[in-house]
Amino acid sequence: MTRDIAVVAFGQTDTLRTTEEMSEVEMLMPVLHDVLERTGLKTADIGFTCSGSSDYLAGRAFSFTLALDGVGAWPPISESHVEMDGAWALYEAWTKLLTGDADTALVYSYGKSSPGPVRDVLTRQLDPYYLAPLWPDSVALAALQAQALIDAGDTDEPALAGIAARSRATDNPHAQLRGPVPHGDYLVRPLRTGDCPPIGDGAAAVVLAAGERARALCERPAWIRGIDHRIEPHALGVRDLTDSPSTRLAAEKAGAFERPVDTAELHAPFTSQEVVLRKALKLGDDVRVNPSGGALAANPIMAAGLIRIGEAATRIHRGESDRALAHATSGPCLQQNLVAVLEGDPR
Amino acid sequence: MPEVLKAPLVVEFPFTRSLGPVQSAFLTGLRERVVLGVATADGRTLVPPVEYDPVTAEDLRDLVEVAPTGTVTTWAWNHEPRRGQPLDTPFAWVLVRLDGADTALLHALDVPGPDAVRTGTRVRIRWAEERTGAITDIACFEPYDGEPAELTGSDGTFEEKVTGIVAHARLDYTYSPGRAQSAYIAALSGRRTVGERCPSCRKVYVPPRGACPTCGVATAEQVEVGPAGTVTTFCIVNIKAKNLDIEVPYVYAHIALDGAGLALHGRIGGIPYDQVRMGLRVEPVWTDGGRYPDHYRPTGEPDADYETYKELL
Ligand SMILES: [Zn+2]
Repeated sequence: MTRDIAVVAFGQTDTLRTTEEMSEVEMLMPVLHDVLERTGLKTADIGFTCSGSSDYLAGRAFSFTLALDGVGAWPPISESHVEMDGAWALYEAWTKLLTGDADTALVYSYGKSSPGPVRDVLTRQLDPYYLAPLWPDSVALAALQAQALIDAGDTDEPALAGIAARSRATDNPHAQLRGPVPHGDYLVRPLRTGDCPPIGDGAAAVVLAAGERARALCERPAWIRGIDHRIEPHALGVRDLTDSPSTRLAAEKAGAFERPVDTAELHAPFTSQEVVLRKALKLGDDVRVNPSGGALAANPIMAAGLIRIGEAATRIHRGESDRALAHATSGPCLQQNLVAVLEGDPR
Repeated sequence: MPEVLKAPLVVEFPFTRSLGPVQSAFLTGLRERVVLGVATADGRTLVPPVEYDPVTAEDLRDLVEVAPTGTVTTWAWNHEPRRGQPLDTPFAWVLVRLDGADTALLHALDVPGPDAVRTGTRVRIRWAEERTGAITDIACFEPYDGEPAELTGSDGTFEEKVTGIVAHARLDYTYSPGRAQSAYIAALSGRRTVGERCPSCRKVYVPPRGACPTCGVATAEQVEVGPAGTVTTFCIVNIKAKNLDIEVPYVYAHIALDGAGLALHGRIGGIPYDQVRMGLRVEPVWTDGGRYPDHYRPTGEPDADYETYKELL
């Protein structure tokens, strides 16, 4: 690695059950302005722009091109998009900065799950031959994984309820579910409503900068020491659902195991998935896990992974963390996983 | 602020997908009540079979028959089946390792309640009555108390192989257009065309989308434009659209309404199609109860000078 690259600003909307009074660009624009204001940058100062979203969520074709209205893309900008969580857009932007083609990058993502039946919408990302024709919804697949963990003795229903309660005991003002939330009835057994993420709409944005530029834009930049993403074989029945080798490998490649982290922001939409991730990442009890509440408190799909990186970076900016791990996931049962390691300069 | 507008939006699409040799054999086998797996170089049998080894990425081609009976490796109780799922009565989602296989297949298990299933439950395939060569040829699994069922002896060769599937999908959304477009639509129903002005470059966007794509800032100042406008460019449509009761050929045009900073599009009527031209002055024609202009017709004014609309092409 030849250049040091840091997260220098992060912004996010409140995650809300519905934002029907706003279009996607109307929801997104305030966070774009927020991160630009924090750094004093204008669109014209940004070297590369990269976004993550999925048209399927709100059912609007090419919504990502309309979202570009909020950036101000004239004169033409250098721009890219991934049909994935914004964490992967950040990965692309980080790569672009590493090449030296740009010194700053704007990364954003958004998701409006409220217009559609999100449990069914997510079935359309599955294997079209063997899985999609059966319409196995996202909660059902997570429940199969949860039962496998219970059978293996890795967790039980009270422990899962404990993860839910701890996550929602957050002071995160952007969270959709906060404070005591009833653990509820089974949605798909063994998962209860409390084990599942709330359905909500939201957006997030990050500014990346390289080297001295980062120091000029941010008092304590959150340096990306390593970032890597890996994927599991796509057939669920081939995998050991109680483990996440792809997370462990991504963490290893990102350098997560070289020194302990003090904070971890994990993208675990279901309580049971936190159990898998803690094991894969070898997180001890001394690591603060998801002080933001994680995806159980707010899960704007396509933004929730980028938000994990933003939350970890913000803690470094504020001096509340010196070395933090951020994780993002995509697909059923932690199919694909990204791990980033962030550090602040010594104090 | 006007009330939030909402409308149902159905997205429906049949994907036609071709099959590789292994998937073709597997799905054709299901049609014939035969379950095939594929053998890997390290001696494992993958069911459902895939074309490439998930570990080494090597081509896989060696088909191996496995039994229609097997063991549940994990399960989840689904008391509220959703549209499209294998059963419409409460059922268990299961991963099943068929006898002779090393990996598990996802499907539904028909049992009366969650007490009738656990990891380790023995099950067998219940075949669908009508089979076409699809994963749904397995109707579901049902409990089975016994030894592995006997194999048919198939080597994976069938007559009339299935070479593709059609995957139907339907998703039902509730569309709401957002603040700027809602205001535009609400004004239109009062037969007024209202755009929004960018506070930075002063351009008036019609229809407004809530942001100036050049400046990246919110538009908010409402500006009534038109009703008349100028044809900036056009095309002649010769193909009749499905469900559209308009005679071809007709003209579809970009129309810069007076006062607007960019052109919108609409159909031109009230003039033979081959007489429509750039610069033609037009005005909207409303039908009774219509929430938007049905089409635009000539106003009878002299044509606009090219200089007045060349920036709006
Ligand atoms: Zn403007």
